[in-house]
Amino acid sequence: MRWIWIDRILELERGRRCVTIKNVSAAEDVLHDHFPATDNRPAMPVMPNPLIIEGMAQTAGIMVGHAGDFKEKVILAKITKAVFTDAARPGYTIRHTAEMDNFSKAGASTHGKTELIDPNTGEAKPLAEITLMFSHIDHNMAGLEFPEHNFVFTGQLMEMLEASGFQSPG
Amino acid sequence: MTMTKDEVFAKVREVLEEALGVDEDEVTPQATLGGDLGAESIDYLDIVFRLEKAFGIKISQAELMADNVLSDPQYVQDGKVTDLGMSELRKQLPHADLDAFDASRQVDEFPNIFTVESMVKFVQGKL
Repeated sequence: MRWIWIDRILELERGRRCVTIKNVSAAEDVLHDHFPATDNRPAMPVMPNPLIIEGMAQTAGIMVGHAGDFKEKVILAKITKAVFTDAARPGYTIRHTAEMDNFSKAGASTHGKTELIDPNTGEAKPLAEITLMFSHIDHNMAGLEFPEHNFVFTGQLMEMLEASGFQSPG
Repeated sequence: MTMTKDEVFAKVREVLEEALGVDEDEVTPQATLGGDLGAESIDYLDIVFRLEKAFGIKISQAELMADNVLSDPQYVQDGKVTDLGMSELRKQLPHADLDAFDASRQVDEFPNIFTVESMVKFVQGKL
């Protein structure tokens, strides 16, 4: 099983940009643990920020993988920056826009903005700015070896790529 | 226009502050990237990308760090760099001070050869 924290890919430009969305639902258990009611205040269900970062990592990771024809094993290696200015509540849609800064044999760096789309007005407002680093782990400096098959781009991520209307490598 | 060493240092310091999240006063010429500034392996790639952008140069990680040497069994035996390996490192890393490392040659101490000063020298050699 793998956690997928994006629902659909809207745009995918080779080596340049990827846009995805994630609908925040009250049906997701994690929201009810974050944060439950206390004696002093009512429940405040919001999408945990680490999961929003994971959604951006999946968005940017697909862009990095796509730039290398999904041949490299692309692993999130560093969260360079993650600054949040709002909270994602049920009923809102999260939109991740990732852009490529650098891409090399060893890895890639990306930056992106995450927005909240208001369910009433359709307007987008800033939620976070997230800058990430990815490693192509078969080219890691330590010379470590990993399984030959690409265990990153398989199953759900590739199914989502196809369901969103983009061609998967398989 | 040629940049002075101080100008190169100022830009390198800015790159390291951003890549490693360290304060300006921590980035002294003698500070080691791994030991003093806490750089991990992915940070070196981040530093390469940022140096390329800051100075408008193209850098391969191998020419900056000679990481290809340490993964080659003819240059490393039992966790230590061989005579042949030291000779190759000196050839590939003219910007680094290898004398202290030569005393131990322990591979796990290799990251300590990369000081802020060595980054400045490397960039100057590329400009």
